[in-house]
Amino acid sequence: MSDTMAESSPQTPQAPAVEPVIEVRDLVAHYGTRRVLNKVNLTVMPGEIMVIMGGSGSGKSTLLRHLLGLKRPTSGVIKVLGKDITRLSAAEMHQLRRTMGVAFQGGALFGSMTVGENVCLPLREHTKLDENTMRIMSRMKLEVVNLAGFEDLMPSELSGGMVKRASLARAIVMDPKLLFFDEPSSGLDPVAAAELDELILRLRRAMNMTIVVVTHELESAFKIADRITVIDQGEVIMSGTVEEVRESENERVQNLLNRRPRDETVDADDYLRRLTR
Amino acid sequence: MTVRTTATALRGIVENLGRHSVRGVEEFGYVAALFVETLYWFVMGRRRMQPVRLHAVFREAMMIGIQAIPIVSVLCLAVGIMLAIQGIETLKTFGAQSKVVIGIALSVTREFSPLIVSILVAGRSGSAITARIGTMHESQEIDALRVIGINPVRYLGAPMLLGMLLMVPSLTVLGDVMGILGGGIYSSMELNVPLAVYADRSLAALHVDDIRQGLVKSVVFAVIIAMVGISNGFQVRGGAEGVGRATTRSVVLSISFIVLADMIFTYFLNR
Repeated sequence: MSDTMAESSPQTPQAPAVEPVIEVRDLVAHYGTRRVLNKVNLTVMPGEIMVIMGGSGSGKSTLLRHLLGLKRPTSGVIKVLGKDITRLSAAEMHQLRRTMGVAFQGGALFGSMTVGENVCLPLREHTKLDENTMRIMSRMKLEVVNLAGFEDLMPSELSGGMVKRASLARAIVMDPKLLFFDEPSSGLDPVAAAELDELILRLRRAMNMTIVVVTHELESAFKIADRITVIDQGEVIMSGTVEEVRESENERVQNLLNRRPRDETVDADDYLRRLTR
Repeated sequence: MTVRTTATALRGIVENLGRHSVRGVEEFGYVAALFVETLYWFVMGRRRMQPVRLHAVFREAMMIGIQAIPIVSVLCLAVGIMLAIQGIETLKTFGAQSKVVIGIALSVTREFSPLIVSILVAGRSGSAITARIGTMHESQEIDALRVIGINPVRYLGAPMLLGMLLMVPSLTVLGDVMGILGGGIYSSMELNVPLAVYADRSLAALHVDDIRQGLVKSVVFAVIIAMVGISNGFQVRGGAEGVGRATTRSVVLSISFIVLADMIFTYFLNR
């Protein structure tokens, strides 16, 4: 592969041919006056599955909200698909959103619509396809996530795993280049969680998407990830392949891997101050 | 010692007052910005490829207006009858009971119909708006809308406001008719006047201006109900309990603002 590319462009043989899909540099974010992300750096290459891992309160969900453009950072650069989303106008952001899909933790399916209508919604808002085509496309995507035949049900009639899969179908209905998945296995039994992991891997193979998964589940992370970024207390403490993370000698990484409680004691004063604020 | 405690207490009161004022101004600014944004989507939505969908407006209008027809009818009928009873009773002392027609016609169209309708809609639909948006916020559905590229103000807020603007004045007209009818039914029995004659006299007593006064108010009330409902919905924090709190707040605030606005409008429209 790289040989043929070198031949086709002899002037720049060593140039990095691929640009990262996501590039985060020195991201700093605050909630009120509390700093929740501290100089976070992250690079996601095309076609890879990046797992952002961390305990609860580590800042991983906040990082995701920034990547999605739902929150503006205090400082830093967030480049998604080559565009700095902290500087985009509303119209440009709207265009960019067509190329990314998001599956939320609780599914976030619209309760007033059927599963089929939920999956159709992005098509309805972004395209001018006729009703029939949209229905066929949404049915295809539901088929991909093993939910064929469920399009007329309401979200409240689905099980937890099915809600997540329906939400995934909605996220990929526009054939995005980039897919975000927040906590795929939370709240699911081990079998359903394993199925969802398989589904994520299959999606990458079939649609060649770049996938960013945010999770605290080790097992799932090790199974699907190409690379893992470990976040703790708002800082990236390491970023590397599954093996590198597994064999890391960093104490905080090991704490997370071995489910060891943090040995540092909680600063009671600080805790109280946070509570009362 | 006592001087110092009084001073601290006073400072506490002043501080509290200041904090509440700042929060009030902040919130008023937020609501105003939200209102402008909603209007923006009416005008610019199509150009930005994000039109306000007509079927969404109709769905809101259905919930706000059509489903409220029975209850609005009953309440306004009852208010009409009540006015007739009180009016005849009072006017009897001057031997002018036949003038009750004018009293009912004017007070129903200018005051009671818009007020009763708006309070009812605030309780029925203002609360529902807050609860719906709040629940959607808590279940990340608002975030889901935003990442799909759908502006939640355009998709949820604009149809709600438009539905309100359509239905509150319409219900007010219905309330006018039902109120006068209620008054007519009682008066015709009490004063032995045929209903047709009563209707004739009512129409003669009414001017376009009276109806217009009621309608102008109802439009203002519609904006109040919609904006208080929407803004409280978007500001929900803290799960199911938060939704409940916001819903209560939304109803209390909109009814208070409606009554206050009514007073101010009545003053300026009748000078």
